[in-house]
Amino acid sequence: MPPPPLLARAVHKRYADTTALDGLDLEIASGTIHALLGPNGAGKSTAVNVFSTLTRHDRGEVLVAGHDVRRQAARVRAEIGLVGQATALDPMLHGRENLVMFGRLHGLANSAARDRAAELLEGFGLADAADRKVSTYSGGMQRRLDIAAALIRRPGLLFLDEPTTGLDPRGRLDVWAAIRRVVEQGTTVLLTTQYLDEADQLADRITVLGAGRVIAEGTAGELKDGLGGDRVIVTVPDATAFARMVDLLDGEPDPDRRQVTVAAGPAGGTHTLMTVVRSLDAAGIRVDDLVLRRPTLDEVFLHLTAPTTGVSR
Amino acid sequence: MSALSTAARQTWVITQRDLKYWQREPWAPIFNLAFSIMLLLVFGYLFGGAIEIPGGGDYLDYLLPGMFALSMLFGVETTMGAITADTKRGITDRFRSLPMSGVTVPLGRALADLLNSAVQLAVLMVGGLLVGWHVDGGWGAAMLAVGLLLWFRLAMLWIGIYLGLTFRAEGALMAVQVLVWPLGFLSNLFVAPETMPGWLGFLAQWNPVSATAAACRELFGNPTGLSDGVLATYAVPLALAWPLLLIAIFAPLSARAYRRLSK
Repeated sequence: MPPPPLLARAVHKRYADTTALDGLDLEIASGTIHALLGPNGAGKSTAVNVFSTLTRHDRGEVLVAGHDVRRQAARVRAEIGLVGQATALDPMLHGRENLVMFGRLHGLANSAARDRAAELLEGFGLADAADRKVSTYSGGMQRRLDIAAALIRRPGLLFLDEPTTGLDPRGRLDVWAAIRRVVEQGTTVLLTTQYLDEADQLADRITVLGAGRVIAEGTAGELKDGLGGDRVIVTVPDATAFARMVDLLDGEPDPDRRQVTVAAGPAGGTHTLMTVVRSLDAAGIRVDDLVLRRPTLDEVFLHLTAPTTGVSR
Repeated sequence: MSALSTAARQTWVITQRDLKYWQREPWAPIFNLAFSIMLLLVFGYLFGGAIEIPGGGDYLDYLLPGMFALSMLFGVETTMGAITADTKRGITDRFRSLPMSGVTVPLGRALADLLNSAVQLAVLMVGGLLVGWHVDGGWGAAMLAVGLLLWFRLAMLWIGIYLGLTFRAEGALMAVQVLVWPLGFLSNLFVAPETMPGWLGFLAQWNPVSATAAACRELFGNPTGLSDGVLATYAVPLALAWPLLLIAIFAPLSARAYRRLSK
């Protein structure tokens, strides 16, 4: 079996007065999108910088396609593409010129670099803007060109550090589509994000980082299940009804919203919903609103990154 | 050989990129040139009449080699500005993540900036000849003078790269743009150090840019304003040694700063 695109074990990195990575473990499966999710300062960018040879870590081991990032940096660099937080393009050059330049710096001959640039511009929907200065591009277009520039040599592993930060909704959707196409063509993607819906939409697996180490890992579904599966939320119109409902249902009351949240039992959310409806109906309690839903990734995230564990909500 | 030719080709790619800036945004080099010409006019015609050169000679002949050296000194801003912009934009990080040698980017930059400075120098020299600057040395000596000016520019280049990589705070470039002025004035570029108060004259003599200007005056056959002292005897060796020393200090410092950018 070939080595995984990325394998990190017990990675530590300290800056002068802060610990950026505190024993990070990570393994990424080939051909997937893996999201590193975490609040600002969780160590996401440091992790990407270490994985892409820009920063040397203090302790631990990082292998990219089996190559050690510290001792075999040149081989690692041939294996990866990097899209950092700042757009790494020359604003004064045209889109095409940027791609040709990076292609030639990657060692392609001029004609090969031109062919690859044309192919990427077409693929990323930038063919019409190819011969305009990058400074005239929208944010979304710059990001797409930035991603294209990182794909010149068809890297096995692409790092995307907060690829949609600062983009408008249209730009975000375009960049998401671009990222999906990258994976379809066989490149593995590691993306960092602080947007939960982005991880939810794109990632096959999510690693939640907090203070430089992994605090949870799994698919979006698994992370949500970790918070107790589906819940039924009932809202009633007045305080009297709320008091009666609290007596009747085995759930978590929220007097401000006149709401009770009932966690689904082992038989599943629908079954719990039916039971709740029957008992409310039998007691003659009027209901304003009744919903069945899974926990959102936001709830998972807030739960996981809460300063103390065991906090409800 | 293939590694070397690859590095050479990549260096040229970077140079081409930097040269394209002239085509896309010609105003920066044109403004630089216009500024040098303005200084030339201000000193040559406004102040020049009141300035005496020890040992005699025409002030314009004294001034022009100083102006050439000054425009090389100002090159430190051009280089620093370009390096700072790249580093802020993240393009430097992408360069660092590419499978290429770490010297490629600074070498490409160096080549482009030297070409830029050579063109500036050529325009200034032609302008100087038009307003009455005399060259009394031979062709070989004049070429050596041009070589010494570009050699000094190379030292400014490495200082610019180092400053651009190290001081990236807002305003750092502006600080350098202001600080080159006292460095430029505290020299023999505009007036002879022998006319300054003793200690000031001493500092001006030991300013690296003074050695380059003095050597150029000697080689172009222009008045040097020097009667004795180290500069009078060893201008050319000093004009070779000063940049060498600066490069020996700032090239390794730059390489280190480049490796440590996102430490």
